[in-house]
Amino acid sequence: MTTPAAPRGSPARFEVEYAAYRRAKRIYAALFGAAFVVCLGAAAITAKFDVVTLFQGLPRTTEFLVKLVPPIGLATFAHDMSEWYWGIGKWLDSLLNTLLMAYLATVIGTAIGGFLSFFAARNLARHYLIYWVMRRLLEIARTVPDIVWALMFVIAFGIGPLAGILAITVHTVGAQGKLFAEVNENISPLPIDGVRAAGGTWFQEIRFAVLPQVIPNYMSYTFWRLELNVRSATIVGFVGAGGIGHDLFTSVQLLYFADVGAILLIVVATIMLIDVLSEMFRHSAIGKASFAQ
Amino acid sequence: MTVRLADITAADIAAERARFPRAYAPTPRERVHFWLIRGSGAALTVYCLYRFGFFSAGFLHGVSKFGAVVVAQLFPPTGFANLPMFVMVMGETIAMAFIGTLLGAVFAFPLSFLASRNVTRSRPLQFGTRRFADLLRSFDYLIWALIFVRAIGLGPLAGIMAIAIVETGTFVKLYSEAIENLDRKQIDGVMAAGGDGLQRIRFGVLPQVLPMMLSNTLYMFEHNVRSASILGIVGAGGIGFLLADRLRAYELQEACLIIILIIVAVYAIDYLSKVLRERLIGDHRRREPVDDAAQT
Repeated sequence: MTTPAAPRGSPARFEVEYAAYRRAKRIYAALFGAAFVVCLGAAAITAKFDVVTLFQGLPRTTEFLVKLVPPIGLATFAHDMSEWYWGIGKWLDSLLNTLLMAYLATVIGTAIGGFLSFFAARNLARHYLIYWVMRRLLEIARTVPDIVWALMFVIAFGIGPLAGILAITVHTVGAQGKLFAEVNENISPLPIDGVRAAGGTWFQEIRFAVLPQVIPNYMSYTFWRLELNVRSATIVGFVGAGGIGHDLFTSVQLLYFADVGAILLIVVATIMLIDVLSEMFRHSAIGKASFAQ
Repeated sequence: MTVRLADITAADIAAERARFPRAYAPTPRERVHFWLIRGSGAALTVYCLYRFGFFSAGFLHGVSKFGAVVVAQLFPPTGFANLPMFVMVMGETIAMAFIGTLLGAVFAFPLSFLASRNVTRSRPLQFGTRRFADLLRSFDYLIWALIFVRAIGLGPLAGIMAIAIVETGTFVKLYSEAIENLDRKQIDGVMAAGGDGLQRIRFGVLPQVLPMMLSNTLYMFEHNVRSASILGIVGAGGIGFLLADRLRAYELQEACLIIILIIVAVYAIDYLSKVLRERLIGDHRRREPVDDAAQT
């Protein structure tokens, strides 16, 4: 493409090469654009999506959202609010259940997941086979969504919070096991060598060489997991696995719009509060840990 | 003075301990604090176990039923005659995730500039946009799906809307963080070369933020394939409907096939998206905490 007249490094040669580069980039971008449009078209056809239905749906959604809040007058504020939140006792009880479900699932799930993580860490597992099997088990536990676990546990344990707790626990075991295993793989091997040189057993290695290095990260992940589990605990009720999701689901099914609005407000307040609290705890836990080292 | 290890007696050690107690053990106050936290945590756990019936006969009954009825009947997967239909519906699920993520990105793009501190001068506007995005994000996909199913009817559109709304919130957060990390110097460079406002955005801003946005969008697409596969449980389209239906009808072996299909599809999409990310923007970052990347 270049003419022999334009030597290397000359402006003319640069112009020619730059033009070729631009052309290649444009072709590349056009190809990607075309592929993208094809994907979009295929997706729109498969999901029966078109802009018309979307815009027909939007006003109905707004109508629905407006119905969530009953008329509240300034003069009759207290009365209107108590009318709106007529079920506050029942809902707060469900909310407490939700929070306790999340707590229990986090505790049990973290304990089991933490224990298994030592077998799922390449540097700590005594045999490659143990490592491989453990990794796959943890993968299954967390790839199956917790609400699907909940559906299965509801079959065995009946409707109620127990099924929800177990579902979230299984998911937590998978997630914590994997995250903790990765923390374990990043530790310094020197303390382990030390304990081993002093004649320590496998358990002593874990207790005195590994745990002191990993606890701060474990703590941080656990607070984060608690936060996520509160979210999960609010939705497993949709399939009958307890918590405030159950109240929300029934209210939606029965078209009690004001109730739906009231419960949603409780849920969002709780989630936001948990977010803030968890962040505070996480910072204080990590702060202390790094200070101690 | 040299001290040899053999010369140190138990009495020496005791004397050292008495001289520097804090170097050897926590103070009583720290100890009380520590055990108080542990004790209340343990007490709360035991109370929860009791409250939710882990100590009842029903729990043991449930465990045996779970083993005998659920786990034992999951395998081997059956219903291969329905496999083409399942694959079709899985395709619908992926399509929902694709359109939902795209809509979320489209809504979020202008909003994210409003939510960036270095673009929006008006503090209340910037702060308000951020909080609005947080509000959208704080409801789970399933809650939005439940609302949209009631508002616009059963089907994939409700699921697409649910994903689009949550993703708008997530993308406003992620994009505006990318925008706030902009390097001013490149914009100054374009300005110094005489570029106008539009050119400053085209050559100073976009080259810095687009790769980041693209990578995050692909990443959330991956995540949303997982989310979309459960939205059907509340009737918002996708394979979740079939799965919930089979599980509720005790067709466990067929449910097992669907679960396997979901896992395979999720892994395939993860792989594809990783390859695409590397090709497009050289993003070699490892997968984040698997399931709930939306909250990172």
